[in-house]
Amino acid sequence: MKEFTAVLRNEMLKTIRRPRTFIGFGVITFICLMLQGAFYQDGKEILSTVTGQFENVFTIQGHILNGNLICYILLQTLIVQMPLLVAFVTGDLISGETASGTIRFLLTTPASRGKIVVAKWLSGLIYTFLLLVVLGIFALIISRAIFGVGDLMAMNSEGLTIIRADDINWRWGCAFLIAFLSLGVVASLGTMLSCMMDNSITPIVTIMAVIIIFTIIGLFDMPTFEMIKPFLFTTHMISWRSLFEEPLPAKTILSSCVILFFHIVAFLSISIYYFKRKDITT
Amino acid sequence: MSSAILLENVTKKFKDFTAVDDLSFEVKAGDIYGFLGPNGSGKSTTLRMIMSLIKPDSGAVQLFGQSLRDNRHTIMKKIGCIIEKPDFYSYLSAKENISLFASVHQLNYTKKQYEELFELVGLKGREHDKVKNYSHGMKQRLGLAQTLIHDPELIILDEPNTGLDPQGILDLRHLILSLNKERGKTILFSSHILSEVQAICTNMIVINKGKTVVQGRVDDLLSQENLTVKLEVVDPMACNEKLQDTKWMALLESREEKLFVFKMGKTEIPGMIDYLTVNKIAIERIDYRNQLEDYFLKITHN
Repeated sequence: MKEFTAVLRNEMLKTIRRPRTFIGFGVITFICLMLQGAFYQDGKEILSTVTGQFENVFTIQGHILNGNLICYILLQTLIVQMPLLVAFVTGDLISGETASGTIRFLLTTPASRGKIVVAKWLSGLIYTFLLLVVLGIFALIISRAIFGVGDLMAMNSEGLTIIRADDINWRWGCAFLIAFLSLGVVASLGTMLSCMMDNSITPIVTIMAVIIIFTIIGLFDMPTFEMIKPFLFTTHMISWRSLFEEPLPAKTILSSCVILFFHIVAFLSISIYYFKRKDITT
Repeated sequence: MSSAILLENVTKKFKDFTAVDDLSFEVKAGDIYGFLGPNGSGKSTTLRMIMSLIKPDSGAVQLFGQSLRDNRHTIMKKIGCIIEKPDFYSYLSAKENISLFASVHQLNYTKKQYEELFELVGLKGREHDKVKNYSHGMKQRLGLAQTLIHDPELIILDEPNTGLDPQGILDLRHLILSLNKERGKTILFSSHILSEVQAICTNMIVINKGKTVVQGRVDDLLSQENLTVKLEVVDPMACNEKLQDTKWMALLESREEKLFVFKMGKTEIPGMIDYLTVNKIAIERIDYRNQLEDYFLKITHN
């Protein structure tokens, strides 16, 4: 256990010391501040155009343009960028070391390959968690500080749902948990591809290609696609949105979480299996 | 003497290419072994199999009498190595890189111990520099620090003098010899600088096309009696005249203008130089090809 802790600590140190790690934090901070600034300036005008037709139908406590709505919009927006940021770091975890030759440095220590892969995967998950913490701070806490707290007017496939402000905090907690599971799948996929390839660009590009292809399949309601959609992790990555529906589709959300979890287990298992057998020739 | 490394009928193929072909050899504990072979002979693949970076397709790799496959953890604690070239995390300092390695070995080095280690490899005062600012030679020295940090019983050095300046090569030679003599380390040393191998190693293993060509003690394998000595003089006529009726004339193999080529023992060279100097024969150049070079070329070309 001591040895594993040392390997994990080393992986965290390497992650923290690499400049690319901070690109993710910088991008999230920038996007949040940029959109908050834009909504602060023009938000009321845009929202009155969109919600004008509903104003006499719903009763909303507080302003429509509030911290909860900004956080909801930011999460929708960042659903594309967050996997890219995670892929940027996790796709490089092992392949980057293979390309630079430091993999030899790592694999000639007593630590087993299994421990090394798991430590790298965990460091990727910790990084993902920290990205979400930064997102939570900027998207939710700072948005609430700037725009105040109020009911959330959530637009989804079923229509418009109003979530009361006093019933929303647990939903945000669960949404970030599902976001963590979703990005955990991306991190695990990144680790797996990183084990298989000897340069850091290909895994990152492959992850993005997979996400784009799966997302496109998810967009079309065609019978062929409908059959495969339940097996695509991207279908379940957006299940956090269901937390802002009434009545709450608890079963669907839970099954999505289970499917995401099994994706993580599968990708990690393949990573360990493959890496244990890999010849290091670079 | 117990064996530090034992390879038995090890084979490794990459698709259709057989890199190592039924290779067997033994490295006895306490000796310095030179591991030689031309480019593409399978040296690096063999060293990588010993370090568990590559898995053999068949055969057995044993270290310290234990199977590498079954006892990797115990074995790796006793080995230090530089494979190919030492690569480090360029965004970390030299000391940070070494402490990463130390932490996996569960070592709690004090500041003084780090200083001693960096002094030993000639990097004192540069330990806090980022590795991206290191030259290749400095990285080689850092590689040595990483190799030695856990006080291993067996040290494997693959081309450790690549990129080192002459002083660095000399320092490395002294370091290897002292590690062996004073601390009893077993060393497997691969290099293309054959004079270094000859100067350092007690034993040697030569492989070619993935097979062992020869293995044995350097002294037994290299005769000191049959060197090719080339002598170039200013006045060849006078030289030829002075050499007549001397024992060296019998050793003359060929002559071409100013160049005389002899086959003689190494111990006879100073005597011939003295004789020619006393007889006022001006020598432009005298050299003899390194014995190991001759031997290496002979056996690998066969």
